[in-house]
Amino acid sequence: MKILTGNDLKNGRVVWWDGQGWSIHVEDAVDVGDQADAILSREDAACRVNGGYAIDAEPDPSGRGVRPAHIKDRIRAYGPTVRPDLTLKPADPNAGTWVI
Amino acid sequence: MYKYDQYDHAMVRARVEDFRDQVRRRLAGQMTDDQFKPLRLKNGLYLQLHAYMLRVAIPYGTLNSTQMRKLAHIARTYDRGYGHFTTRQNLQYHWIKLEDAPNILGELAEVEMHAIQTSGESIRNISADHYAGAAADEIMDPRPWAETIRQMTTFMPEFSYLPRKFKIAVIAAEADRAALRWHDFALRIVKNDAGEVGFQVFAGGGMGRTPFIAYEIRPFLPTGQILSYLQAVLRVWNRHARRDNIHKQRMKILVHELGEEEFRRQVEEEFQHFLSLGEDFPQAEYDRIAAYFTPPPFEAGLPEEIDRTDPDFAVWVDQQIAAHKAPGYAIVNISLKPIQGIGGDISADQMDVVADLAERYSFDELRVAHTQNLVLPHVRKADLYAVWQSLRDAGLADANLDLVTDIIACPGLDYCTLANARSIPVAQKIADRFADPERQRDLGELKIKISGCINACGHHHAGHIGILGVDRKGTENYQLLLGGSGDETTSQAKITGPGFDEDGIVDAVERAVERYREVREPGERFLDTYRRVGMEGFKEAIYG
Repeated sequence: MKILTGNDLKNGRVVWWDGQGWSIHVEDAVDVGDQADAILSREDAACRVNGGYAIDAEPDPSGRGVRPAHIKDRIRAYGPTVRPDLTLKPADPNAGTWVI
Repeated sequence: MYKYDQYDHAMVRARVEDFRDQVRRRLAGQMTDDQFKPLRLKNGLYLQLHAYMLRVAIPYGTLNSTQMRKLAHIARTYDRGYGHFTTRQNLQYHWIKLEDAPNILGELAEVEMHAIQTSGESIRNISADHYAGAAADEIMDPRPWAETIRQMTTFMPEFSYLPRKFKIAVIAAEADRAALRWHDFALRIVKNDAGEVGFQVFAGGGMGRTPFIAYEIRPFLPTGQILSYLQAVLRVWNRHARRDNIHKQRMKILVHELGEEEFRRQVEEEFQHFLSLGEDFPQAEYDRIAAYFTPPPFEAGLPEEIDRTDPDFAVWVDQQIAAHKAPGYAIVNISLKPIQGIGGDISADQMDVVADLAERYSFDELRVAHTQNLVLPHVRKADLYAVWQSLRDAGLADANLDLVTDIIACPGLDYCTLANARSIPVAQKIADRFADPERQRDLGELKIKISGCINACGHHHAGHIGILGVDRKGTENYQLLLGGSGDETTSQAKITGPGFDEDGIVDAVERAVERYREVREPGERFLDTYRRVGMEGFKEAIYG
């Protein structure tokens, strides 16, 4: 599956295309099929997201959401593996294993 | 240290307001990303994995306490309570919002700081010996020349649109603590047989994808001719540079392709032209700048003895203190490499502690080392115990300078868009493996440097042990290198063989270190042993 990601223009946060807009949670990402270029072109004009791009992903083994295929995008989704306190899931001690 | 005059203040403030307007227009949708990107990069603002990253320039690594407190304030107010010191003596914030960036630059301008020339195809922050102005072995303080070159070249049109970034370093001692010959253009201040001060000039060095060690292109250049010479070098580079090929744009490629002799010949030809124009800066201008670097009023008659009653303090003194030029004073190295920590990271509270110590004990001066540590350059030996106690209470008293756990590591894939693999976790695992202080001291000087990609921000080419993270079919993989050095015996590390996974590289490092322990001769450092026995003596231990 193909999902879209980028960084929020104002604050730089990693965001994922959820079908309606941009979410900070990768779990909300949706498969865009062959619509990636059209969505990115429209969103680029809207000036909400910087450097949007499409990536490969697969359904998350947990059954909820998706898991980016490449480690770089999993780190973008989670946060720095060396600072779990700064990630989106600071209270989950096992969240980092999802990246690796 | 240098103080801004009215022109400096006006230029930096104008630049902040220019950027404020550029950000406003970008947020209003009046500029595309392609239009805005080069403008934000000219102000040190990158877009990294998780947010914008602001790289703040710390010219030749010199700070005062007011500036350090401002960096702490920015970390608390606009970032997530910490900063990261880099291998170019700068500081990076990794969680910046675009909408805050103009205000941050405005706050920096209040304390005579900025983020100019920390990105883009410009002369980057000029680095220097972090012991400058304090070292017992220096001919003179090299920072006035670093500052002079900075002033000569900042905003100069011919130096603003270079083929690629251009890195300069200046030192004034035989010992090289600034990785001099890994720079595009490097100056060592020397004296000739007549006792005149001049520059030994090196050019064409650099790390990255294609590493080269700089050649000496002039054994002695009169100091007053430096602007003409630098213009000549840059003109030759501008004339030939492959602006069409990003992998061939750095000057090191040109020097290598033209050849040392031909590059030198062309530079000398241009140099004679520039000399004939008589446009070198006046001596009075150098004198004006140099006056800002007048040595602090060192006290005379201070005791040399250090009370070593406290054994933990004694260990720290032995490892972290360097010889000072003034009797009764010492240079204090502050480790930013705690075993469980992240090399180069420092919290806002720790920044404040260090600022307080600089103000109280070091004539208000601080230095950033390219090794991602800090320095209090002028501390009375009688004050060392009090300084150590404060550092210990702040978690800054690790005694591991130049030891196996004093690891340089780039931010790597945890933060950087360019990275292929994480660097910090590897550094942490190696540090953890060698955490025993006695084992570290037994191994002696051993410099490990880790980069998360071929761009080599972690200086792996110059590591006694270097590690390069690569992407192998979507998986992190680490190449091991041995034999590099960034000191006055500069050498380029060589790859040992096939790479390793994250745990495998830690084991491989340990096997290399144990081989060193087995075969070392009395007094030999790891690097000395490697140079004596060669790669083969280590490969067998690493790969079995």
